[in-house]
Amino acid sequence: MSNDRLNHPNGPTEPELAIRLRGAVKRYGTITAVDGLDLDVPVGTCVGLLGPNGAGKSTTMRLLTAQSIADEGEIEVLGFRLPEESKMARAQCGVTPQLDNLDTTLTVEQNLLVFAHLYRIGRGERREAIERALVMAKLVDRRDSRVDKLSGGMRRRLLIARALVHRPRLVLLDEPTVGLDPQVRQELWALIDALRSEGTTILMSTHYIEEAQRLADTVMIMSHGKAVAAGPPSALVIEHAGHEVVEVYGPPTRLAEVEAEAGAAGLRTRRTGTSVSILGVDGRNGSPIEGERRPANLEDVFVLLTGEEIA
Amino acid sequence: MAVEVAPATRRLGRLERPALTGVLVREVVNFSSYWRSSTFSSTVEPTIYLLAFGFGFGSLVSRIGGRPYVEFVGTGTVATAVLFSSAFPAMFGTFVKYQFQRTYDAILAAPVDTEELVTAEALWIATRAGVYGCVPMLVAIAFGLDPSWGMLVVPLIAWISGFGWACFGIMIAGFAKSFENFNYVVSAVLTPLFLVAGTFFPISNLPGWAQFLANFNPLHHCVQLVRDAAFGFQGWEDLARIGALLLFGVIIWRIAIYAMTRKLID
Repeated sequence: MSNDRLNHPNGPTEPELAIRLRGAVKRYGTITAVDGLDLDVPVGTCVGLLGPNGAGKSTTMRLLTAQSIADEGEIEVLGFRLPEESKMARAQCGVTPQLDNLDTTLTVEQNLLVFAHLYRIGRGERREAIERALVMAKLVDRRDSRVDKLSGGMRRRLLIARALVHRPRLVLLDEPTVGLDPQVRQELWALIDALRSEGTTILMSTHYIEEAQRLADTVMIMSHGKAVAAGPPSALVIEHAGHEVVEVYGPPTRLAEVEAEAGAAGLRTRRTGTSVSILGVDGRNGSPIEGERRPANLEDVFVLLTGEEIA
Repeated sequence: MAVEVAPATRRLGRLERPALTGVLVREVVNFSSYWRSSTFSSTVEPTIYLLAFGFGFGSLVSRIGGRPYVEFVGTGTVATAVLFSSAFPAMFGTFVKYQFQRTYDAILAAPVDTEELVTAEALWIATRAGVYGCVPMLVAIAFGLDPSWGMLVVPLIAWISGFGWACFGIMIAGFAKSFENFNYVVSAVLTPLFLVAGTFFPISNLPGWAQFLANFNPLHHCVQLVRDAAFGFQGWEDLARIGALLLFGVIIWRIAIYAMTRKLID
C-alpha cells in the first residue's frame, strides 16, 4: 500500500493521465535538451508536441520509454513511475521511432511476428494480432514482401502497425510522417485518426503545423526544451494570434515600413519569408495597412511565441 | 474508501524469459535470411586453417605428443572456429544493430531491458558457436581423427567458450566509439590470444612466463578441453579449465551489460 496508490484511487491500471511529467530536465553535457518540462496527456486524447528540430521533442519521447533517464523531475507513464517501473509501462506502450528501424531483410509478417514476441503476445493470440496489424497497415497482400522492397509509405505504415501489434493503451509517435510525400502523409493521418477514434491515447511529436492542427486534441508548443504554450489548437490560435491575419507582400524596405507602422498601431507582426504578417487584426474593420486577409494559424502562434521559424 | 491491495509486482523482474525469448526469436528469424553466409564464413575459415596448417605444417612436423599433427590442429582449431563465430559477429553485429540499424532502440522500447538484450544476444551467439565450433573436429574426423565419446562434450565446451567471447565482442562494441576501434582489439588482443592458445603448436614448448600467461587465455583452456575431450579427460585439471571459462564468461557478461547500458541508455 504505497503512497502513489492512494494518489490514484483507481489504481495504476486506471490513471486519469496516461502521461504526467513534472519539471523534467535532461542535460547532455552543457546542452539542456529538456528544461523543466511539465506535460499532461489525459487518457483517450491525442496530444501533439510541436516544435522545430532541436526543441527537445525526441528527447521527451526517449524519457517516456526510459531510454533517456531524466536528471530531475517526475515522470509517470500509465501510472507507473519512471525509470524504476518503466518496463511495466513499456509493456502497454507502442513506440514509433523517427528513424525507421525495421529489419529490412525480413518480410512484413516476420517483422510483426518478432514484435508480437517482444510484446509478449501469447501463442494463441499471436496470429490474430499479426493479421490485425496487417489490415491496419493495409499490407495484407504484401505480407511476404521483404521490407527493403517496400515503398517509403508502406514502410512507415508497417513501422506504426508494428507498434500497435499488442493493442497498446498509449502510443508514442515520434515524427510519424517526417520526410514523406504529402499523399503518403495523408494516408498516415487516416491511420492515426482511426487509432484515435478507437480511444487509444496518443502522444505525437511533429514539426508539421498542419499535422498537429488536424490530429491533436491538445498541442504543446516546445522551444529549447521548454513548453511555451499548451491547449487545443484553435484556442491557442485565437488566444495568441487572433482570428485573422493580414499578410503584406513587398520588397524588404516596404516590409520594414509595414513592421514599423503596425508596431506603432500596437499590433504584433512576424516575418513570413517574403511577407510580413500582422496578427490580431480581427474586430477592426480594417488594419492600418492593406494586405491579404487570411485565418490565423498555429504557425503564427508558434513564431510569435518562440521567435523561431518552423520548417 | 477502502485502500486496494497493491498488486504483487509493480515492477517486472530481471532476466525474464519472455524478454529473452523475444530477442532470441528476432535473431532466429533473422538467421533464416543470412544463415548461408554466416555458416560459410564460420566453418570455411577454420577449416582452411586446419587444412593449411595440418597438411602444410604437418609435412614438417609429423607428430606432436605422439599424435599426427593433423589431429593436434584439428582439435585445436575448434577454439578458432568458436572465436570466429562468436567474438567477431558479436563485435560487428552489435555495432551495426545499435549504430546503423537502430534495432536496439526498437527492442528497448518494448518491455526488454539492456541486461536481457545483451544476455539473449550472447546466448544466441554462443549457441551458434557451439554448433560451428564442432566443424573443424568433424573435418579432422574425415581426415582420420578417431571419434570418441568424450567428443560429445565438445559442443558444450564450445558453447561455454562462445558465450564468453560473444560477451567480449558485445563489450568491445559497447565501448567502441567507431568501427575503426575494432582494429586495435583484433590486432592487440584477439590475434595474440589466438596464436598462443596452443592451437598450432604446444604451449609447453614456450618459455615459462609464456606458459604461465597462457593460463589467462580462455582460448587456451578451450583448446585443451577439446583435446582432452577427444583424447582423454584430465580430471581436476579439466574441471579447473571449465571453471576458468565460466569465470571468464560471467565477468565479461557483466561488463558487457555495463558497456551496453552506457551506450544505449543516456
